[in-house]
Amino acid sequence: MPDDTTPPDTDAAADEATSGAADPAPAGSPAPGEVVGFEAPVEAGTEQSGAAAEERAEQRVAETDEPAAAEAAQARADPTGEAPTQADEPEGPAPLSDEEQALLDRLEAELGEAVVESASAFGNLVVRVRADSWRRAAEVSQAALGCDYLSFVAGIDWQPAPREGGEVGGASSAPVQPTETTYGAAGSAGRFQVFAHVQSTGRHVGLTLKADVDEAEPVVESWVGVYPGADWHERECWEMYGFVFDGHPNLRHLYLPSGFEGHPLRKDFPLLARQVKPWPGIVDVESMPDEAPPDGDAGDGEGEGDEVTTGDEATAADSPPDAPSDGEAETGDATP
Amino acid sequence: MTEPTLLPGATPRLDPRDMRHLADAQVNVELDTGDMILNLGPQHPATHGTLRLVVRLDGERVIAADPVIGYMHRGYEKLTEVRSYPQITTLINRIDWLSSFANEVPFIHAAEQLMGIEAPPRAQYIRTILTELSRIATFVLFLGEMGLQVGALTPAFYGFRDREHVLNLIESATGGRFHPNFNRIGGLKDDLPWGWVNETRSTMKLVLDGCDVFDRLVAGNEIFEARTRGVGIIPGALGASYGVSGSNLRASGVDWDLRRDGKPYLVYPELDFKVWTHPDGDSFARYWVRLQETRESVRMVVQMLDQMPEGPIMAKVPRIIKVPAGEAWVETENPLGQMGYYVVSKGAIGPFRVKIRSASFSNVSILPWLLRGVYVPDVITILGSLYFILGDIDR
Repeated sequence: MPDDTTPPDTDAAADEATSGAADPAPAGSPAPGEVVGFEAPVEAGTEQSGAAAEERAEQRVAETDEPAAAEAAQARADPTGEAPTQADEPEGPAPLSDEEQALLDRLEAELGEAVVESASAFGNLVVRVRADSWRRAAEVSQAALGCDYLSFVAGIDWQPAPREGGEVGGASSAPVQPTETTYGAAGSAGRFQVFAHVQSTGRHVGLTLKADVDEAEPVVESWVGVYPGADWHERECWEMYGFVFDGHPNLRHLYLPSGFEGHPLRKDFPLLARQVKPWPGIVDVESMPDEAPPDGDAGDGEGEGDEVTTGDEATAADSPPDAPSDGEAETGDATP
Repeated sequence: MTEPTLLPGATPRLDPRDMRHLADAQVNVELDTGDMILNLGPQHPATHGTLRLVVRLDGERVIAADPVIGYMHRGYEKLTEVRSYPQITTLINRIDWLSSFANEVPFIHAAEQLMGIEAPPRAQYIRTILTELSRIATFVLFLGEMGLQVGALTPAFYGFRDREHVLNLIESATGGRFHPNFNRIGGLKDDLPWGWVNETRSTMKLVLDGCDVFDRLVAGNEIFEARTRGVGIIPGALGASYGVSGSNLRASGVDWDLRRDGKPYLVYPELDFKVWTHPDGDSFARYWVRLQETRESVRMVVQMLDQMPEGPIMAKVPRIIKVPAGEAWVETENPLGQMGYYVVSKGAIGPFRVKIRSASFSNVSILPWLLRGVYVPDVITILGSLYFILGDIDR
């Protein structure tokens, strides 16, 4: 292990230097922003609790104030959003475990500045890498971290789904979701992300890798050359999200018929079954006689925190896990 | 219809199988037989559902094979986004329908993690017992059915008979033979019925006897060995990079079992059990490993029946399940291999995104590599020995 540390390290540095020089734009991280994003998680650790993540993501959204459309603007605004994040960190987040920290250190030694952000989600290390290092991240995971096993490659669309059947919560096409764009562990710069989980069968460690995917030109490097099992996962992701995997030998439909149009797992792809018939779970959000009415009755409930004060006592009384209602106050979807 | 293009082969490889059939290949070259394209399925008894396999043949040998999946795609990842958490267990029961209970566990576990709830010890024990019973039911069927794939009809009946015993147990505890839908966030729907523990003990003896029968009748059978040894060899490292998991990977010598090596879940850390591996990686090894694992599961169930504590079966949970924002990845060792859910919540009563990682999907994705160069009857042997469920591939 120690022997092969140095050569790839310099390699990586050289790699990064060249790629950084070639196009500084795509990952949207000018030099100062990069340093912050790369340093912050290491020293301060990152969050454990979902509420904290929510809060932080909210804050960033508020900072940048983007309507999930102009991803270039987001990319530019991202480093500025990073600064208050760092100030927040000491209070909320739980630190990485030793095991996670060791993995992250190793990954950073190899990838250098390509590691954008990292977090621990319930004992699972989540690392966001720059899109142009996606394939390199796989190679490093396999060679340096010993992660020989590929669990999956998948995509995610962070844009909230449009509500069908009016803006009344509950009568929508689905369980009420917040309409603001928030991002999960390790953040995101835009709407689309590709994420994958790899692990080691011998050392019993694993991590989730994430990379941002440009909305206008959703091209990602393929992992097939590293993990042959990525073949089908990437085909699925291609048809479900429309991500093009550069270097994939055979991108064709896997599940869907070959003439299928659209990308079903994108949030703006309508689910026909929900358009003809409202969500059957609507009965589940009716209020109990002794509880405050759900926000569905009070219009769309997106005005910041109009329901929260009424719901607070009841929530605190019978549902301890819901207690961190600060995050909810911001999302404005508090049901009971 | 997909176009009949076949996957281009990867790098040529040499294995004992190739050497064995070298003479035949020579004859084929001399006679200049043309390629033939054969469609296996979508309806074939060896496929447990609707898997179509487009196979290009040169004489009796497979040159290239391309599995065509998706006949049963139900879009569960999309459907989970328009349902609340308690409703989703109904869906995910149908992913791997032979071991439905085991499907529920990782998802419920992910939701519980996000909510910061932990099920009480007794519920954990019952969950583990039912998971292991699902494993036994799944494997016992395999042990019988594998005989069927290579031409022995009798073991299949024993397999179905023994599975029936186990399904009766699952039914009497949960109310559902195949789709229990018994897990709740924070615990279970019900406690075990009276007399269930004793009944389980006696049934476990029956299952053990059944395993001995399979050992003699199938694994010890000369013809069975001749048909399965050296057929469909998966090298361990390659299998791992394809994401092949569970017994299939352990049969290739990879000593990796999430019940022991993953993040601790259920009550597995409290149990004493052995992880079986086999160095060969062929169809026989996969049969043998599952046979041993069935016995091991029986041992585990008996242990748990002895240790099971009394107590409540539900933790205190709010009436309306709202899961705080965050994301959780939970993976478990299911009968067919590693099953995982990547749940992303935004604090609503339903998840924002659920990535379902099912075992068979990755197990089957190695088929194009694995089937090259084998004989047609061996295709069925390999399909049978990989043991996949179509619902688990197509989701």
